[in-house]
Amino acid sequence: MSVILDISKIDMVFPTPKGPFTALKEVDLQISKGEFVSLIGHSGCGKSTVLNVVAGLYQASTGGVILNGREVSEPGPERAVVFQNHSLLPWLTAYQNVELAVKQVFGRSKSKAEVRDWVEHNLKLVHMDHAMNKRPDEISGGMKQRVGIARALAMQPEVLLMDEPFGALDALTRAHMQDSLMEIQAELNNTVIMITHDVDEAVLLSDRIVMMTNGPAATIGEILDVNLERPRERLALAEDPEYNHLRSEVLKFLYEKQRKVEPISASKSAKESTKKTTEVA
Amino acid sequence: MTTTTTKVAKMNALQLNNAQFKSILQKATNLVALPLIGIVVFLLLWSMAADRIDTSLGKFPGPSSVVTQASTLYDEHVAEREKATAFYERQEKRNAERVAKDPNYQPKIRKYTGKETFFDQIITSLITVMSGFLLAALIAVPLGIAIGLNKSLNTAVNPIVQLFKPVSPLAWLPLVTMVVSAVYVSPEPVVPKSFLNSMITVTLCCIWPMVINTSVGVASIDKDLVNVSRVLRLPALKHVQKIVLPASVPAIFTGMRLSLGVAWMVLIAAEMLAQNPGLGKFVWDEFQNGSSDSLSRIMTAVIVIGFIGFLLDRVMLQLQRVVSWDKAGAH
Repeated sequence: MSVILDISKIDMVFPTPKGPFTALKEVDLQISKGEFVSLIGHSGCGKSTVLNVVAGLYQASTGGVILNGREVSEPGPERAVVFQNHSLLPWLTAYQNVELAVKQVFGRSKSKAEVRDWVEHNLKLVHMDHAMNKRPDEISGGMKQRVGIARALAMQPEVLLMDEPFGALDALTRAHMQDSLMEIQAELNNTVIMITHDVDEAVLLSDRIVMMTNGPAATIGEILDVNLERPRERLALAEDPEYNHLRSEVLKFLYEKQRKVEPISASKSAKESTKKTTEVA
Repeated sequence: MTTTTTKVAKMNALQLNNAQFKSILQKATNLVALPLIGIVVFLLLWSMAADRIDTSLGKFPGPSSVVTQASTLYDEHVAEREKATAFYERQEKRNAERVAKDPNYQPKIRKYTGKETFFDQIITSLITVMSGFLLAALIAVPLGIAIGLNKSLNTAVNPIVQLFKPVSPLAWLPLVTMVVSAVYVSPEPVVPKSFLNSMITVTLCCIWPMVINTSVGVASIDKDLVNVSRVLRLPALKHVQKIVLPASVPAIFTGMRLSLGVAWMVLIAAEMLAQNPGLGKFVWDEFQNGSSDSLSRIMTAVIVIGFIGFLLDRVMLQLQRVVSWDKAGAH
């Protein structure tokens, strides 16, 4: 498979009043076309920073990101982002939110009717065609996130970047959204980088799981290939030994090798990590 | 069996109605009765206090004398209007006669120059405050957006805004007056100088809160929304039009309501001070007049000024409700 996105040895150093802070050190990752990659790691490890550098919202201190042989220097619709808290414009309806993106990206190449069809097509894809004319404050969190995904998909990005897209949703809605995303992915076969906290989500959705070490100077710790057959079925996988093996690999990495030591109290963080494990289990 | 169930159902319905009735009653008390009680108590205290205050112009006006003067002011207004129509009729008739005598005669229309009534003064003040306010908005909103978007510009302009913000616009009044009379010289002025003076004073008063609120609103736009705009590569103008302006409408309106309230207060004072036509001049003229009715006429004006100020704020609020997406912010 051909490499479409090359994250080439990026370092990220933020200036702070106490001196430079190295958030990322030599993060190096190649992603093939149509691949679904998740980034997993403890909070504060710099996952979002990696994503923001790929998006072009941040500039890497050294190294760079190459998409289709061209270096990324600024944000653009070919690297559409699904933000964690949907980021819909609250004064526009779901339709208008997607329309703004479509008009901006395809305003010249598509006629009025084509724009309309494309907006509706993408909203249909995320099953939001019934609430097209509702504003963000009139729909639920999951629905908002769907519209956010529709907006990103409508830009027909080369790479779709998702920053904890389901992090703010309740467990049931999250599962539902994951199924939707797999469905869409089966149809469109996008190249996706997704940040997540959720071990099950990572194993269920990804082709590869990139596990990051704790910061400062975070980097890629291990990469896990997920060779589970698609389409994947949540319930069937629960019994699958391969699936459970992958899950425990990720959990081992997160809670043994890269155990997060909270400065407040060690016992509390240990409790939290067990709680997290049971929560995701 | 069935009869008992229907009875129970009926009783339930009755109880429900009772509860509904109670809640409606409570709402009515809160909305109508309590404010009404407040007003009645105020009127009582006012008339009692007024009776005890003696001034060189007679007793302090109580509610009843205000009501009398309000109707007198209205009668005066009607009488003045009748005089004006009569004047124009006479003039027309005279002109027609002269044209009949001499076909080459170009008839001149002279304006009626009677005294402005209380209602004329209200209209003048309203027009002045609205035009000063609009001029301020035209300057302040774009300036506020520019300052909010550009940190360097903000740092550069901020000291000036902070310096002029606490200055009473009345301090500007003499300067405005002199500059207007020096600069605004035309044989046939479109608007009178006094109108310009009052208007510019209002503008100077409105600009600062609007600039500050707009710039704060623009600067505090959700970073994610800005990132959306960056990912879409919206051009600068479209960024302002599609993201910045709608996002900061609630803040802009807060600034507008603040400044309109202050502007109305300042305008009355400016009109008193500069003898510019308007409600302030009405108050000052009555004070100088010193008749036995003067105090009640001033009191009437005070109440009308308060009521108009209240209405202006309500109008802005309604406008905000229509324009703004943020329904929660408009209260």
